[in-house]
Amino acid sequence: MCLGIPGQITEMGVGSAEQALVAVGGASRRVNIALIADEGLSPGDWVLIHVGFALARLDEAEARSTLEMLASMEATYADELDAMARSGTSRPQEG
Amino acid sequence: MTIKQRRARDELAAPEVVTMSHGSGGKATHTLVESVFVEAFSNPVLAPLNDGAVFRVGDRELAFTTDSFVVSPIFFPGGCLGDLAVNGTVNDLAACGAQPLAMSAGFIMEEGFPLAHLRRVVDAMAAAARQAGVAIVTGDTKVVERGKGDGCYVNTSGIGLVDSRATGLSAGSAVAGDRVLVSGPIGDHGTAVLLARGELGITADLTSDTAPLNGLVAVMIDAAGAGVHVLRDATRGGVATVLNEVAAASQVGVVLEEKALPVRSEVAGVCELLGIDPLYVACEGRMVAVVAAECADAVLASMRAHPLGAQSAVIGNIESEPQGLVLENTGFGGSRVVDMLVGDPLPRIC
Amino acid sequence: MRFVDEYRDQAKATALAARIAELCQPGQHYKLMEVCGGHTHTIYKHGLEHYLPKTIELVHGPGCPVCVIPMGRVDDAISIAQQPGATLTCFGDMLRVPGGKGSFLDAKAAGADVRVVYSPMDALKVAMDEPDRKVVFVAIGFETTAPSTALTLLRARDKHVTNFAVFCNHVTIIPPLKAILDAPDVDIDGFIGPGHVSAIIGCRPYETVARDYGKPLVVSGFEPLDVLQSVYMIMRQLAEGRCEVENQYSRVVPWEANPKAVAAIEATMELRPHFEWRGLGSIPWSALRLKAAFAAFDAEELYEVPGVRVADPRACQCGQVLRGQLKPWECRVFGKACTPEKPIGTCMVSSEGACAAFYNFGRLTRLAIATAGRS
Repeated sequence: MCLGIPGQITEMGVGSAEQALVAVGGASRRVNIALIADEGLSPGDWVLIHVGFALARLDEAEARSTLEMLASMEATYADELDAMARSGTSRPQEG
Repeated sequence: MTIKQRRARDELAAPEVVTMSHGSGGKATHTLVESVFVEAFSNPVLAPLNDGAVFRVGDRELAFTTDSFVVSPIFFPGGCLGDLAVNGTVNDLAACGAQPLAMSAGFIMEEGFPLAHLRRVVDAMAAAARQAGVAIVTGDTKVVERGKGDGCYVNTSGIGLVDSRATGLSAGSAVAGDRVLVSGPIGDHGTAVLLARGELGITADLTSDTAPLNGLVAVMIDAAGAGVHVLRDATRGGVATVLNEVAAASQVGVVLEEKALPVRSEVAGVCELLGIDPLYVACEGRMVAVVAAECADAVLASMRAHPLGAQSAVIGNIESEPQGLVLENTGFGGSRVVDMLVGDPLPRIC
Repeated sequence: MRFVDEYRDQAKATALAARIAELCQPGQHYKLMEVCGGHTHTIYKHGLEHYLPKTIELVHGPGCPVCVIPMGRVDDAISIAQQPGATLTCFGDMLRVPGGKGSFLDAKAAGADVRVVYSPMDALKVAMDEPDRKVVFVAIGFETTAPSTALTLLRARDKHVTNFAVFCNHVTIIPPLKAILDAPDVDIDGFIGPGHVSAIIGCRPYETVARDYGKPLVVSGFEPLDVLQSVYMIMRQLAEGRCEVENQYSRVVPWEANPKAVAAIEATMELRPHFEWRGLGSIPWSALRLKAAFAAFDAEELYEVPGVRVADPRACQCGQVLRGQLKPWECRVFGKACTPEKPIGTCMVSSEGACAAFYNFGRLTRLAIATAGRS
């Protein structure tokens, strides 16, 4: 159910219109893209692979926005820790 | 019989046949070895269950080992059955601190196996033996009917004299404070063979890492002598299995750092796709070493200077706790148990 | 690796952990259910419980499609494998699942032709390459995997393959979720929703959880930061008195279902009136079978299977673990009679079963080995 791996399309139409060559790390496999064929895929796009099929295209803009949100949370937290260190206080014990 | 052996034998009693799990090098293999073979053959030389048996002859120690090779396909990127057959035995002797003196080769061939293939395998064995500096001095040949043997099986046995500076090498010799080293990227062989079977439709630029490591071991012993506590040839079951054997035999904890494990991106990619952990994937030319902390830098340097150890790395430490277990500190700050698998690592979808 | 490593950054985890802790009301205990076995795996492998305050308890749910297969269905598949000329193909996850009389691996050792495949298309390829074998593919998985089986069936029909069949054990996610929510005394405060099922069905089907049962649900990715961010989002909902379905895994999961996937499933499969779930009993309209038009590819039409309902061994408490009522270590046989090498129940066999995940990854945290080499 859950093993979905991000991979990058390196070649379209290998063997048939429904198959693309997808790279995961240094390995490659033919992946059936019929489930997301309407999304105008091209080499360089990232897809989620499960049992030899692409289930979804990875939305790089959404990925970036998730990471930006996490990064800003990290930065705010780091600022708070700095401020506390300078004022000599410490965070209350958690959990 | 100890309680542990009895329980292991009773566990085995439920399936009354040999299964593929028994051949994987993991828990099922260990249970089979301990409850069937060790129980029947019981003797002090066998007991340590190291890569080879070591016993005293006059004022020297002799190492003696045997290994059988059943790989399919017989020819794969980076080598063939013949390379494995020679290197496997040379490496088991090297893990005992011994340079190989002589080897035997026994062949069980299936009716119909092409002679051209046999010649390729044998030529590979001759070349591997020359590279390792050992002669194949005796052998045996058998043929079984078509359908009763997968092409060709090979057994090799070898003897060597243990380097007197390296006595005490054993899975039971690790102590807290030691460092754990590996001589190169892990999982190359198992992954190359898996892809060569062609059933998974995955391609990657990968070759088996099969190689004779006696030269590498010699420079390690030169560098640290008795400071090398454990040497193990990581084969089926991978680095994880070998380290579990060390943890159990030495009653120490082995703590690995995920970020320090050398893994080729090709192997990492294949393992990600299949949901397999490279720690369990077979190698055929990688030595795992446990060395005293004060010698670790010197040993690492000597390994990296050797052509077969250029990518050697320190991958972890030996600690006094948790006894008998292997842990991995994940890059994320968590820590997980690296238990021995029951059987082969299997591709998964979940 | 990209889209993986960025979601494993420890500094961000620490920040998330702090924000999560701030959202906990003093004196209150929170129970969050992570439905999907993949999340269980992530939580244990990366030690995420270290990052959460002790007042947040993570409970495992029934989202492991291997764990919920009753033993009788394993026996049925083995009886097919034992037919002359039959080749049983399956995912690696299934190989060691115990049926009433042993696993697929035991059947293989006894002479059955059992082969592990990576994809259902590989099973079809075996059938096309070996026309004298009758190839049966054991299909498992939630809606994540069903479209792949469906596309394989469509291709088998297009290519007029006559020696390929599917033994269908696909299940759907909403009925068991509702079964858990409908149970008396359910005390779960929020749900970490399955990420890859949702890549197929979208987020909309979970609206019932928020609207009708009043529990927040956040669809989550599988990297450690994904899971932590999802916990944060649930805790924020609870603190703000909101109750919604949110999508943390927006880089993969759409709000609406994947139309091609839904069409493929609807073309080839239909819901069964009843299906037995290990540990949850019979749940109506919760599993898929092949449509009549695909009877030629339906293993249940082509073969007589025993179809016996095999009761779980009395010692087995998988059901309670799957419902989130028991933690793995609270099961009376965990680690004793039931271990990875001699599993009694599927929670221990499946690599993402709660018990296997805990046994392999989480055991040590219970022993509080905090100083094992952590820098």
